[in-house]
Amino acid sequence: MVAPTGNWWLPASLQEKKWVTLSFVWCMILFAMMPLWHFRGGQNPSGIRGKTTPAAFRARVDRFIKEYQVGTDHGYPLVAPPPGADIYLQAQMWSWTPVLKLKKNASYTLHLSSVDVNHGFSLYPVNLNFQVVPGYDYGLRITPNIAGEFNIICNEFCGILHHNMVGKVIVEE
Amino acid sequence: MTATTSNEPTAASGASLIERVTSKFRRCPVTNLKVDPQAEMLIKVNAVVAVVCLLIGVIAAIGLVLTRWQLVHFLTAPMYYRFLTLHGLNMLIFFIIFFEMAVLYFASTLLLSARLPAAKLGWLAFGLMMIGMLLVNTMVFMGKADVLFTSYPPLKAHPIYYLGVILFAVGALIVSGMFFATIIIAKKEKAYEGGLPLVTFGALTAAIIAVITLVHGAIVYIPTFLWSLGLMEIDPQVFRMLFWGLGHSTQQINVAAMVAIWYLLAGLTVGGVVMNEKISRTAFFLYILFISMASAHHLLVDPGMGAAWKVWNTSYAMYLAVLASMIHGFTVPAGVEMGMRLRGHTQGLFGWLRRAPWGDPGFSGMWLSLVIFGFFGGVTGVTIGTEQINIIAHNTMRIPGHFHTTVVGGTALAFFAVTYYLLPLVFQKRVRFWTLAKIQPWMFGIGIVIMAVSMILMGIFGAPRRHWDSSFATSPFPMEMHPMLEVFQATMGIGGLIAATAVLIFILIAVSTVFFGKRITPEDLVNGASGLPQGVLKLPAQQHKGPEVAEAHKNGVRGTMVLVGIFFVVFALYYFTNWKLLSMAWKVG
Ligand SMILES: [Cu+2]
Repeated sequence: MVAPTGNWWLPASLQEKKWVTLSFVWCMILFAMMPLWHFRGGQNPSGIRGKTTPAAFRARVDRFIKEYQVGTDHGYPLVAPPPGADIYLQAQMWSWTPVLKLKKNASYTLHLSSVDVNHGFSLYPVNLNFQVVPGYDYGLRITPNIAGEFNIICNEFCGILHHNMVGKVIVEE
Repeated sequence: MTATTSNEPTAASGASLIERVTSKFRRCPVTNLKVDPQAEMLIKVNAVVAVVCLLIGVIAAIGLVLTRWQLVHFLTAPMYYRFLTLHGLNMLIFFIIFFEMAVLYFASTLLLSARLPAAKLGWLAFGLMMIGMLLVNTMVFMGKADVLFTSYPPLKAHPIYYLGVILFAVGALIVSGMFFATIIIAKKEKAYEGGLPLVTFGALTAAIIAVITLVHGAIVYIPTFLWSLGLMEIDPQVFRMLFWGLGHSTQQINVAAMVAIWYLLAGLTVGGVVMNEKISRTAFFLYILFISMASAHHLLVDPGMGAAWKVWNTSYAMYLAVLASMIHGFTVPAGVEMGMRLRGHTQGLFGWLRRAPWGDPGFSGMWLSLVIFGFFGGVTGVTIGTEQINIIAHNTMRIPGHFHTTVVGGTALAFFAVTYYLLPLVFQKRVRFWTLAKIQPWMFGIGIVIMAVSMILMGIFGAPRRHWDSSFATSPFPMEMHPMLEVFQATMGIGGLIAATAVLIFILIAVSTVFFGKRITPEDLVNGASGLPQGVLKLPAQQHKGPEVAEAHKNGVRGTMVLVGIFFVVFALYYFTNWKLLSMAWKVG
């Protein structure tokens, strides 16, 4: 509270120097972890990023469904693409289309986009979360490592029935 | 404030203009500072409106916790999202920024014993902010702006909503500008000598960040307003980027204001020492340089930006701001320890902490704010702000869990604490319900920690934020959440209700003190009347000289070193546990 007078630009004491040094080194470790994980870790959000339009993305999703549809699930098309395929998931108030049937330990390129407002892709209970932005195609290479049934919850508020926006992914052995 | 209570503040004698101006000042009997009545009035109105917004926010909060707690599930879906919008805007924007305006007036005029150069402008700014606040709240109440705090396009609200935000921001911008002018004029008129006091320097940091933030606000909300009128297009990704230049930086105004208040309260309550002006000021300066870039951490799992952009902006910029917070997290407790030791509490490692005035809400609130912000807010924030870890945290309950410890447990609690000093010093009233006031910061801090930790645990289990129905009763696919989530929902509800009750107690104390409190008399100060915090009854020495100071500095702050050591271990453990959690998820990239 007191205005410092005279020469207040004094050197710090030893304990302060120790803490500042430790903090700085720690911040550098935090800094290094991110690029390191890009090279050595298996989970990165970079993906293949592209622009699209709602109409173009919707058309691409329809083509994808036509190509690999194997049935329906609760009224939604059930789609079983081969390992390695580009797969498409469309977010729209208040649904995820289609239902995906994947193989365990196979890799796919998952394309996410929205045809109206912002949505949130949240794979439950694996807990992978990505933002789905209209006009942008977010291509993520995914490899499911557990078999079972998973849900996709929308976790970005997208209107009054937002909490109904739940999709499904099936992973088979 | 002055070195000792008996000293004459550095009055500039000789200049006739200044004498004429100073003649209308009142002199504070506790701190001996000169107080410009115009500035004092503006502090009062801004603080009062802040408390009204706080009341709206906390009523909404009660509805929200009672809804997320699925067993109670109080509100309907449309009302839940409307309350959520109200809660976010009134707490994060209106309560906090109105209060910060009061802090800016306080730090520039009172602490410098300076006059307010343009009071009329202050009233204009206040008017704009009021109109903006009322427009926004009316639109939300009417159900014409159910877009939540973030209002991401293409989700659209009524144009008047955006207009309200713009008017509010312009008002706040004017106050920031006036704050700079006050400091410059005070320096010219020699209201103070030497450098700026650290508290004012902290407020200056907050004001500079406020300007950066409000400019972002203009860049983003003016086009959005035009877009809502159908006059132009808007890119949702660009909006998200610019929005967070506003949305996150406002939180950094809060951090700077909060840290300034920590230093202020440390000085007022226990005669806290500024260990080293150079280090504390450099830390504030780091906030200014890096914090607006660090807003990029909101876009870590967005499709619009590449990895290099994300890593650079979040890691490089954010970690230098983190460094600043870690420094303040050391210097403030160290200053308290040193202040206590210089007052004779020298026993052992933690004697100073045991003998601290825990019954003084100004001190307990400051200390709890520091601990909650550091241990819970800082650690969780840095971790989820990591590019890859964000994959398992983005938009889950971990996010509100995190910011309820920084903004609520940190900033709001610091604001509560300083209010217990503002009431006697600025409003010149004895604090009413003094016994309740002593427990209020504790109740609030404990409630918020229980609530926020529950939220963080829910998020780790994958529970989404901003979600009305965790039973998923009407969703197209049957879905069951982990049974533990019900437990966390209950603890979140209980913690939230405790914290909300503490906020209501605070509002009761503040409002009834302002309107019905007893005016302080000189006898109150002598007799140690109730309703006056100890720093007001007897302001501890703010500066120390002589050989015992050199001796104290040589002995150092051993207790604080242990505390920050524990903090560091907790930080590292939590951080690397999260990498471990992440590595078990599906491969993605
Ligand atoms: Cu959605």
